[in-house]
Amino acid sequence: MERNDIIAPENLVYKKPTLLNDTDMHYCPGCSHGVVHKLIAEVIEEMGIEEKAVGVSPVGCAVFAYKYIDIDWQEAAHGRAPAIATAIKRLWPDRLVFTYQGDGDLACIGTAETIHALNRGENIAIIFINNAIYGMTGGQMAPTTLMGMKTATCPYGRQADLHGYPLKITEIAATLEGTCFVSRQSVHSVAAIRKAKRAIRQAFENSVNRRGSSLVEIVSTCSSGWKKTPIEANQWMEEHMFEYYHLGDLKSI
Amino acid sequence: MVPYHDNHTTDKRPSTMAKMKGAITINTERCKGCSLCVAACPLNIIELADKMVNRRGYRYVEQVNQDACTGCTSCAIVCPDGCITVYRKKVES
Repeated sequence: MERNDIIAPENLVYKKPTLLNDTDMHYCPGCSHGVVHKLIAEVIEEMGIEEKAVGVSPVGCAVFAYKYIDIDWQEAAHGRAPAIATAIKRLWPDRLVFTYQGDGDLACIGTAETIHALNRGENIAIIFINNAIYGMTGGQMAPTTLMGMKTATCPYGRQADLHGYPLKITEIAATLEGTCFVSRQSVHSVAAIRKAKRAIRQAFENSVNRRGSSLVEIVSTCSSGWKKTPIEANQWMEEHMFEYYHLGDLKSI
Repeated sequence: MVPYHDNHTTDKRPSTMAKMKGAITINTERCKGCSLCVAACPLNIIELADKMVNRRGYRYVEQVNQDACTGCTSCAIVCPDGCITVYRKKVES
């Protein structure tokens, strides 16, 4: 069979979601952000709520998320995405409202907003990209940086007596009364990507159906910050990150 | 809201073990050469193009053995930039 016989519209099994537009993404090669963007676009497209989806983009590498997914977006001040999302969802209760935040945005400067929005049970979904480093600003230590992990601001590795311990914000979220779905996923393999997509779908449905707050943490790579190739970064994540950040649903009601 | 239907990864394979032929097209101008698809391909038929770069200066990937592809979509699912489109057809025996 000729290749041209196979390449036909009726044989199409996978293509870039149309909501993810053709603008070149500024992310480094192999960045997990791209995969998560793609999953969000796919889920929104499959739910058929393109016209009713509002995203809140953070400060961090994902600051330009609004350039890549063709839905309504609002840019928030650093860490304040859950507060903005709260306002949008309260004023527009029928909308899907989600925030897309990194660990520097959500787990550091925005910890208070995140925990209080989740504790109030706001009907929003929070997508939390945890790559254990400040990627955009040049690889400094984040609250989620693993013990012993070397970054630009802890060149000898993170030490408990000097820097404290990595923050498990997802475990904290699972203890809050307002949350209805808390999950930790990853996007390093085909199986993991499928699971992450199901979790994002669940979180978005919770927002639309007003069941409470949802938090989906995606344990991600930062190949530039970690100074590895994308494939090595995925392997390093499997070996080191999952030991501390266990994958799976922490809460689902 | 429409009922759940995963139309991006719809599995068109029949339940019996029929032979499937696949083909991929790669948007080489969008590709950044991260090679995650190279690692994800179970048949190892994707490779970085030799000494070729796109207009942004990235080496891009290409399919090296076009006959072997089964259209499993692994490469396209892991691609962070959505560069790969996958086609699959059942082969008449």
